[in-house]
Amino acid sequence: MTSTFLPDRRTGPGAAAPPPPAAGADRGRARRRAVHWLTAVGFQIPALILFMVLVLLPILFALYAAFFRWGGFGMPSDYIGTENFSRLFADPVFLGDLWRCLLLVVLSLALQLPFALAMAVLLNQRMRGRAVYRMLFFAPYVLSEAITGVLFSMIFAPGDGLADQVLGSIGLGGVGGEWFADPSMVMATLFLVMTWKYFGFHMMLYLAGLQSIPKELNEAALIDGANAWQRLRSVTLPLLAPTLRISVFLSVIGAIQLFDLVWVITQGGPDHHSETMAVTLFQFGFKRYQVGYASAISVVMFGISLVFALAYQRFVLRRDLQGATTTMRGGGT
Amino acid sequence: MGDPALSRRNFMAASAAAGLGMTALSGCGGDSDAGSSGTTTVEWWNISTTQPTKDVWDALAKQFEAENPKVKIKIVQLENDAYKSKMTALTASGKLPDIFHTWGGGVLRQQVDAGLVEDLTERTKPWADGLLPVAKEPYLVGDAVYGIPFDIGMVGFWYNKAHFEKAGITTPPTTWSGFLDAVRALKSSGTTPIALAGKEKWPGMYYWAYLAMRTAGADALQKAGDDKDFTGEDFVQAGQHLQELVDLQPFQKGFLGAAYSTPTGQAATVGNGKAAMELMGQWAPVVEADAGKGLGDGLGFFPFPGVEGGKGAITEVFGGGGGHALRRGAPQAAVDFLKFFASAATDRELVRKTGVLPVVPAAEDALADPNLQAVQKQLKGTTGFQLYLDQAYAPAVGQEVNDSVAALIAGSKSPRQVAESITKTAKEEQ
Repeated sequence: MTSTFLPDRRTGPGAAAPPPPAAGADRGRARRRAVHWLTAVGFQIPALILFMVLVLLPILFALYAAFFRWGGFGMPSDYIGTENFSRLFADPVFLGDLWRCLLLVVLSLALQLPFALAMAVLLNQRMRGRAVYRMLFFAPYVLSEAITGVLFSMIFAPGDGLADQVLGSIGLGGVGGEWFADPSMVMATLFLVMTWKYFGFHMMLYLAGLQSIPKELNEAALIDGANAWQRLRSVTLPLLAPTLRISVFLSVIGAIQLFDLVWVITQGGPDHHSETMAVTLFQFGFKRYQVGYASAISVVMFGISLVFALAYQRFVLRRDLQGATTTMRGGGT
Repeated sequence: MGDPALSRRNFMAASAAAGLGMTALSGCGGDSDAGSSGTTTVEWWNISTTQPTKDVWDALAKQFEAENPKVKIKIVQLENDAYKSKMTALTASGKLPDIFHTWGGGVLRQQVDAGLVEDLTERTKPWADGLLPVAKEPYLVGDAVYGIPFDIGMVGFWYNKAHFEKAGITTPPTTWSGFLDAVRALKSSGTTPIALAGKEKWPGMYYWAYLAMRTAGADALQKAGDDKDFTGEDFVQAGQHLQELVDLQPFQKGFLGAAYSTPTGQAATVGNGKAAMELMGQWAPVVEADAGKGLGDGLGFFPFPGVEGGKGAITEVFGGGGGHALRRGAPQAAVDFLKFFASAATDRELVRKTGVLPVVPAAEDALADPNLQAVQKQLKGTTGFQLYLDQAYAPAVGQEVNDSVAALIAGSKSPRQVAESITKTAKEEQ
């Protein structure tokens, strides 16, 4: 997906073409272009082969297997048409997966990213120990998902865990509960862990974006009498927009594909209340060996990600992909 | 700090070797040609990758080689899950190793149906007749013997004697209503009656499976699996009995999120004295002491109670073990090795050093632990047997049993819906 962010059309082979050719030099130029072209192809073939074998073929094969009842060994042979898909969209667990996916996307966009932005703006100020704070907030992102999962299942262990002990000792014993073991609380608790884990990453993105905003603009706004809120609203945010758009994109794709944290902490439980599409896929593919059905899930997941990615690039990232928003469109560099 | 370049190189070498090893493994699977020197090489695939079992088994193979100079035992060890998927692939390809680990049940039957497994009935008769009958059960297809056990175990209740005493329970319950009374008594004495790992689902399944055996009889689960029909009234009743237990709210706080062997899991909860009992296999005391403090002599064992009016008896057990089967056409040396491995001397060694339960009656004297002795006593008096469902059924059906029973315990499925879900999944599997 990321490669589509870099469609720099100006540096392809032949980009450095000389100014209008003289008629006699035409043949030499054609040959040189052919050599250029061959060189490019020659360099691309190994990567293309790897991409085909490791990415394209598996995708196509999953698409094929999704139309079979298949246990994962030998070649699929029991063709059942779209039965896997109709079964999928009649399964309350999978429909729940879609709902939970939407919930996580909404929560991420409404709470996690604004929080990350607030922290980034805060840590962009001059203050003592700024680097330490930045490092501390970014640290959870470096931790592996599995370790995070084990850590938080201990912290949120009902009764004995750190969370309940701390809440109890400050007189809020009633606030805690069964956390991951409570069907009505598991998603909220999970989201808390996700925020802890990922907000630092988005904060870093925003910080990098903030640093690239020329100081003069804010100073000019200050001289014009803009207050802090106005400067944030009218200067900082518009200039941070490309970063925000990328961050939203990564966050949504991450929510669609969420697996490790959920698997380690709850395995989708209790009673499927924290199951995601990827967890359901794993259950059917590697626990029940219904690989055809699991392929159907993966195809739907892929479809959702693809549609979202394409639509997002077409409608939201369009301006970013045409060049930095800080340059005037059509004005060149 | 060590030399990072060196350790990285070692790592690369190790992974390259592992890669080669896997290539070698995928290439073999049943070549046991007699070498030019007249020695026979027998390949032995097992899952004993952990200590002390690994070394004990290696030593036993060496001892067998010393006694039979013309035979070489080539050991291939794979971790449990890797072994399962490797064997599925080998079964599909039609080539199995000479001697291979098996849990019996549906998987072994599939391999037998494919004509890949040696019928051992006649070739092992003289010495296999003396083995513990219940231990041989998983490897029987009809009356034919297709595997020889080296381990056997069962599921039952492991309880905290002090907690039972405090609640005024003098003898462990033998009936389901007596069991429910005991749960009530424990609760009113201020003890959490039962620890359950709700997150992992399979410990909850044990309750349903045992109740189904007690209401529908020992053969009912196997028959329902074969007929792909679990909707019989007895199975619904089993769910209703489980519902009666769940309604008493006997489990520890947050059990729906609890794992089995973690420091806050089911085994630790019992091992640390925070719950009075758990329904678990013969490995329970070891895990309780490992994940928690362990109860030592304070721990007791009683079999799953009978259900009044049910077709099953309290002497019928739910369990399983480990055994070895031979590929069809395996050399005589492989049969000799099975005989050696099932001898009283070997079994004593296994019981003493690797913690398995004896399958040779003569080796019982090696069993020192009183709890395991209680399990062994129950196993000896067994009148019916049901193998663990994940071995007896296709993976999807086994998982569906776990999943629907978990839903019943969480309160989102009725006993009848459990029976229907399992039937639906069983019918989907061809």
